[in-house]
Amino acid sequence: MADSLTCECACKGADGAAPSEAELMKRLDEVLDEHRAQPGGLIPVLQIAQAIFGYLPESAMRKIAEAFHKSFSEVAGVVSFYSFFSTVPRGRHLVRVCLGTACYVRGGREVLDALKKRLGIDVGQTTADRRFSLAVGRCFGACGMGPVIMVDDTVHQRVKSARVGELLEEHS
Amino acid sequence: MIACKINGLSVEAQDGATVLDAARAAGVRIPTLCFLEHQLPTGACRVCLVEVQGAKALMPACATPVAAGMVVTTNSPRVRRTRRQIVELLLSEHDGNCPTCARNGDCELQRLAEDLGISRVTFEGTKTRAHSDTSTPALVRDNGKCIKCRRCVTVCNTVQNVGALFPQGRGFATTIGPAFERDLADVVCVQCGQCAAVCPVGAIQETNHMDGVWAALEDPTRHVVVQTAPAIRAALGEAFGYPAGTRVTGKMVTALRQLGFDAVFDTDVTADLTIMEEGHELLKRLHSALVDKDPKVALPMFTSCSPGWIKFAEYYAPDFLPNLSTCKSPQQMFGALAKTWYAQRIGKSAKEVTVVSVMPCTAKKFEAQRPEMTASGVADVDYVLTTRELAKMIKAHGIEFRDLPDGKMDDPLGMSTGAADIFANTGGVMEAALRTAYELVTGRELPVKNLHLTPLAGLTGIKEAALKIEQALPAWSFLEGVTVKVAVAHGLGNARQLLDRIRRGEASYHFVEVMTCPGGCIGGGGQPRFTDDAVRLKRIQAIYAEDEGKTLRKSHENPAVQQLYREFLGAPLGHKSHELLHTHYKPSL
Ligand code: SF4
Ligand code: SF4
Ligand code: SF4
Ligand code: FES
Repeated sequence: MADSLTCECACKGADGAAPSEAELMKRLDEVLDEHRAQPGGLIPVLQIAQAIFGYLPESAMRKIAEAFHKSFSEVAGVVSFYSFFSTVPRGRHLVRVCLGTACYVRGGREVLDALKKRLGIDVGQTTADRRFSLAVGRCFGACGMGPVIMVDDTVHQRVKSARVGELLEEHS
Repeated sequence: MIACKINGLSVEAQDGATVLDAARAAGVRIPTLCFLEHQLPTGACRVCLVEVQGAKALMPACATPVAAGMVVTTNSPRVRRTRRQIVELLLSEHDGNCPTCARNGDCELQRLAEDLGISRVTFEGTKTRAHSDTSTPALVRDNGKCIKCRRCVTVCNTVQNVGALFPQGRGFATTIGPAFERDLADVVCVQCGQCAAVCPVGAIQETNHMDGVWAALEDPTRHVVVQTAPAIRAALGEAFGYPAGTRVTGKMVTALRQLGFDAVFDTDVTADLTIMEEGHELLKRLHSALVDKDPKVALPMFTSCSPGWIKFAEYYAPDFLPNLSTCKSPQQMFGALAKTWYAQRIGKSAKEVTVVSVMPCTAKKFEAQRPEMTASGVADVDYVLTTRELAKMIKAHGIEFRDLPDGKMDDPLGMSTGAADIFANTGGVMEAALRTAYELVTGRELPVKNLHLTPLAGLTGIKEAALKIEQALPAWSFLEGVTVKVAVAHGLGNARQLLDRIRRGEASYHFVEVMTCPGGCIGGGGQPRFTDDAVRLKRIQAIYAEDEGKTLRKSHENPAVQQLYREFLGAPLGHKSHELLHTHYKPSL
């Protein structure tokens, strides 16, 4: 197996700079050379591709389709079936706002609106600098502390919508 | 043979038969929605459920093999109740309104609901999200009506090898369509309409050209002519209750006249003209290869009359584009001549003439709007009606089709030969071409019984034949002793296989006929539903009967074609032909 399998994220190149799209494509080509047209190989290759790019760009999916002699619609069918796959870039940090009943009545909605405004994106989107993606959740199990948001694995409690900016600054 | 019992009847089923096969053979009807003959069962719809003694659950007849001693009941109260429930569930999420649906009266879901006696839907639930996709010239998709039977997926992927349609997403939110619920224009689709031909409901249909035709017919300033493709006469009757294979040429002509067309013409004329042009093109290519030893000459030459195949080649076989005959299809040759030669004869300009085609095909709608199809200075063909659309117009006009007397096509573009008729069948263009080319080269008739090249007829996916040329006329002496090898493929999956064989050097030919649809035009995406192999074979027989019933059975004998060359075109492949009748191709993507 290619060692790119161990690569969990859109990782940095040797010099510390994020690798260019073209470099990532080259990695995908290497993976495809190894797995080309292997029966049952489509899903593993899609997983590797997602690990390489951090998501599944259309150009990568089209390339994979071609290598497996499948149509783009068929590959899309597989990708859209599994929620594991994402076709939009994910940010380095995932911000999840709880909209469970308790958090909602304690102002979760206002917090979400403040985050949307601050980040300039909607739920399900990623900021242009790929720093943050925004999502909503239903109850993180901290109802007494609402409203609650999670940034990656960190739980922030009793969030005030006026102060979401400071909170985001903690995550570079 | 396997002995089993269906509804108390003792039945001998073929080895490997499913319960559905056995029931059908025994004359027992089991409803189906997702089933497609020759394809692996998907078991998606469950309306074919039957009771099998000893099995706890009901079994899908289409996917259950018959076993020895099996006892099957297809009509018990439990089966009926369950089927009704399944159809009610389908209806509960179905976003459609029968009276205004294009499939009203021609819908398998509607018929099923009627057969099962469903008078109300007891379930209430969310409707399928409706999205109307009008992004392509030939087809309209309406997801709200889709029952997710996946027949279109099988046809597009397995039969046509295009793969435009697949299930997207998961669970209730699943949609059947192009990648990520995009529109058809965003993926590769050759507009063949085979998906529309198999869809049981109104979820995929041809783009409506009827309104445009009605408007043109109403406009007194327009001279509106109609051309009818050879495949229509062998299928139109089915829309009026005739059995498959009934020829209705004469009634069709009368109906078109009653609809108000100023002239009723036959695409057969330009099918014959295609043979003249394409035949000469082939001989020219053979001369370049055999005499001039030109290494660049592209052989085999491929036919170019099927627009879905052209689009397929532009996407998937750019390496073979030089091999495509440069001849336009008969539809487009007709349009170009109707708006030039014919228009001049009746003292009109191209702009004053409206050309309507009746085609068995949806891809012809796409072809007619290709930017290069404007040899007359305007679109050479204005509207393309499918066979189904023509049937609807006839009904809407209050014409009692079955009572009509036979009519005759108009001069000068209504003249046809048997060679042109067989364009409708797989293998027909090749046979017609060889009837003319052989006679041109040797001065003798094609030396086969009844002028039929039997190895090229029938529904085998890829067919081959070889023909040795002996005693060639002096002008063609370079062909003396040459064995001309030809092949025929229908259905794009078969075409792709044939291309691969040629690419790998496993086969070599001089001339190859490709038709997009299984069976050729008689099985086109615009023909009356439902087209299975039994229907295809009947239509094919009807077309051969039409051919054999004619005195003129070779394209070069068509008086209209001879007149066209004499008065207007000069010689085949001449300057005028080049301008009006030939085209070029470019790779897509
Ligand atoms: S698809 Fe069939 S059932 Fe649905 S609205 Fe149209 S005719 Fe009625
Ligand atoms: S028109 Fe033909 S190619 Fe296009 S989606 Fe339908 S079956 Fe597939
Ligand atoms: S579009 Fe038609 S053929 Fe395709 S899945 Fe839906 S109902 Fe079936
Ligand atoms: S026809 Fe058997 S499951 Fe659909």
